[in-house]
Amino acid sequence: MPFIPHTETDVKQMLASIGVDDIEALFDEIPAELRIGNLDKIPAGLNEMEMSRLMHERAAAQPQPLCFIGAGAYEHHIPAAIWEIVTRGEFYSAYTPYQAEASQGTLQLIYEYQTMMAHLTGMEASNASLYDGASGLAEAVLMAVRANRKSKSKRILMPVTVNPTYRSVAQTIVENQGITLELVDYPLAAGCIDVASLPTDPGDIAALVIPQPNFFGVLEDVNALTDWAHAHGMLVIAVVNPTSLALLTPPGEWGELGADIVCGEGQPLGVPLAGGGPYFGFMCCNLKHVRQMPGRIVGRTVDADGKPGFTLTLQAREQHIRRSKATSNICTNQGLVVAAATIYMTLLGAHGLNKVANASHQNTQHLSEQLSSIDGVTVAFSSPTFHEFVIKLEGVSVGDVLNALMADGVLGGFDLSADYAALGEAILVCATETKTAADIAIYRDALNRVMSRLKGGAA
Amino acid sequence: MSNEMNSDLNSHQDGVIFEKSRSGRINASQSPRESAVSQVIPAALLRESPPMLPEVSEMQAVRHFTRLSQKNFSIDTHFYPLGSCTMKYNPRACNTLAMLPGFLNYHPLAPVETGQGFMSCMYELQEILKEVTGMKEVSLTPMAGAQGEFAGMAMIRAYHDARGDSTRCEVICPDAAHGTNPATAVMCGYKVKEIPTKADGDIDIEALKEVIGPQTAGIMLTNPSTVGVFERRITEIAKIVHDAGGLLYYDGANLNAILGKVRPGDMGFDVIHMNLHKTFSTPHGGGGPGAGPVGVSDRLIPFLPVPMVGYDGAQYHWLTKKDRPQSIGQLSAFGGNAGVLMRAYIYARLLGREGMPRIAEYSVLNANYMMAELQKKGFDLAFPSRRATHEFIVTLKRQAKTLDVSAMDFAKRLLDYGYHAPTTYFPLLVPECFLIEPTETEDKDTLDGFIDAMAKIQHEAETQADMVKAAPYTLPSRRLDDVRAARELDIVWQPNEQTE
Repeated sequence: MPFIPHTETDVKQMLASIGVDDIEALFDEIPAELRIGNLDKIPAGLNEMEMSRLMHERAAAQPQPLCFIGAGAYEHHIPAAIWEIVTRGEFYSAYTPYQAEASQGTLQLIYEYQTMMAHLTGMEASNASLYDGASGLAEAVLMAVRANRKSKSKRILMPVTVNPTYRSVAQTIVENQGITLELVDYPLAAGCIDVASLPTDPGDIAALVIPQPNFFGVLEDVNALTDWAHAHGMLVIAVVNPTSLALLTPPGEWGELGADIVCGEGQPLGVPLAGGGPYFGFMCCNLKHVRQMPGRIVGRTVDADGKPGFTLTLQAREQHIRRSKATSNICTNQGLVVAAATIYMTLLGAHGLNKVANASHQNTQHLSEQLSSIDGVTVAFSSPTFHEFVIKLEGVSVGDVLNALMADGVLGGFDLSADYAALGEAILVCATETKTAADIAIYRDALNRVMSRLKGGAA
Repeated sequence: MSNEMNSDLNSHQDGVIFEKSRSGRINASQSPRESAVSQVIPAALLRESPPMLPEVSEMQAVRHFTRLSQKNFSIDTHFYPLGSCTMKYNPRACNTLAMLPGFLNYHPLAPVETGQGFMSCMYELQEILKEVTGMKEVSLTPMAGAQGEFAGMAMIRAYHDARGDSTRCEVICPDAAHGTNPATAVMCGYKVKEIPTKADGDIDIEALKEVIGPQTAGIMLTNPSTVGVFERRITEIAKIVHDAGGLLYYDGANLNAILGKVRPGDMGFDVIHMNLHKTFSTPHGGGGPGAGPVGVSDRLIPFLPVPMVGYDGAQYHWLTKKDRPQSIGQLSAFGGNAGVLMRAYIYARLLGREGMPRIAEYSVLNANYMMAELQKKGFDLAFPSRRATHEFIVTLKRQAKTLDVSAMDFAKRLLDYGYHAPTTYFPLLVPECFLIEPTETEDKDTLDGFIDAMAKIQHEAETQADMVKAAPYTLPSRRLDDVRAARELDIVWQPNEQTE
């Protein structure tokens, strides 16, 4: 039987020990009328060889075109050592380290992860991860409302330049607790928030969310925004790309006082695109707010012999202790994916991560110059960007252009028309360090052909 | 006695990774080539000094993390009978086949035309989960059991709101419920009413009748319950809740015990979540990632979280808020933990329809066998008059009282014998408890070994209690000081520290 080791002799001995005649007797407390007859709609079992063949066929139906889509998930080189180690059974098939003495590997790894994330973001503390960047922002909003002692407000300022899916996920998760997300608009030419246009008397608000880079890839004026929020009694929630932090000011150093809560999507740190997950959300804060932080936290302590060791700590925040009064209902984290990110940061180091960030930035600059040289294609915003940018198309529809590019083996970017109608026909384009000059030329030539053809057809 | 764990005397290798770091050490092979420094980013937005990340060679990194892995108990190395967690074998094929490049390189926002292989797997998984749970529709997107719970309770709330029924402000939970249940109800804006469990392990139906009323939004139940028994009067409970206008939420933590035998949909539940990392054997990964798909009865279909996968007979496509305007919305940036869902899909296909009831049969056989044998060795059962489901509870209250050896002491000593401890101190209502769940993938000899170890520890507790109370002895760490961990908070390593 697949994955069941019992022999007939075993079963006989076990039933005799229990004192029943057959296995069915063990289900005699289930009312007979509830028992199901069959599971006809489920296919019969396959063996490993048959399943392997099926999955190879399915994988072959995934053509893997040249991809310039980012929009929250980024293709980076993943060093070979990472997933070799991560899929070792001792990491892969362990569980939450409730028995600390039998889980020192996972616990020390999380402690090292917390250290790396704290230093990367410029904060004093990190949790052991959340599910992903979007749900992590929702948790950050809930945390800010709890943590802002100066404010009684459940209002949060949410810039339109934050990833629209993140905004929508945060809305779903926080709305039942009476929290409101109030949108902050941006000037169309700049593509980032104009600090000067923010109100001088915004009222009692718990927190301002600041994305860096924002959804358009544009760099926000994080220092001025942070100071403005703090001047009005708000906490600052930073939503950041971890790769960019090797290059950009860490949130802990934004403005005079730094951000208060830092969150974001950890996927760029060694995690494959994999159709959208599993990824992980990271969250950092300073020590004064650590007891308001959701999720698991690992601390270093000593054992009975005085030797250093690691254990889950500050568990009084959590659902298994506090039940209805917990900081969150979150139970586990994204342990295995965090292991990948920890090994990624270890292998690259600050130097390597900076090279990834810089190469991605430079490739994006190059791509932006190449694409905007095409007739009918312009760069939407004047502000500097990290590794994504927006192009606007004249005289064509984005849907038609992206479809035509796909036919040429290029995924040209993310269609912004549904979320940002005011931008017209606009595409969010990304180039990471994985793109070569030849790849960029392929995209430019394909877009050039497509634009001439579609514009010609339209005329 | 040795667990063959990494507990040699090489303390030089035991430090944190930062202690192995030396300034200027670079892994050139893993990094991109040098590129020009940006001229367009304003200096005020640039980082002034590099973050403190390790500077180690690839081999140092591989050795460090490999050695760390050897300090873990895991299913692959040890029997791991952690109750309520279903620590069964994770078939290797599920991992290998889910990591084929076509799946790994698929961008979640790529056009569906380039993702038909992946999406066909997701669609078929939805169909398989519908059939095996008896629910009418399934959304795969919740990223963990707790997020599935959130989705379920948010749907119940959306259902009442859509009917203009805004007076329902309470959710009922049994006192034995997993802590995520009450925490989730609060996240959805509800007050929690707890009801007691009777001495035989069933819910106190009289207490349920007392607290239920027009203010009740629903009830959150696990069946088999967290005390390891099947709730026999479930049909009656469903009727009481439905008659009061409430809905029933099913926590799928214990689905392994009934897979292919009885379905939550047939019991009268309106919404369920499944823990695919339990029942469908995706890896627990040291605490995630999991997956917590939700299934619903007819009346909750409009509220399911998106995206879901649809099929028009020719092509698989995403169902979004446009298709489901009443949906509670999206719970993740993309479609959830796709790679975990892929592993569950592969597992389900390897089992097939005939393999599913076998899961329930042999996990229940293993649990009842262990329960019978432990009772014969003199251990006290929390619910001796009941059948075990896939798990059962031993109470060590007598040992704690007469020998001053607690459930935690037994747990730590089991580690020395090479067994991961069962779940301790949960459910909270049974004092000094072990919640033991062997799963169907363990063979009889392994179960016998665990039972022998328990008997030996009992003998040790009677003859040398102090020795048991100071266990473990053979692991990389002795018992850890949790109080100090919380009081002298050290959660981030600092470079100026001198290590001991």
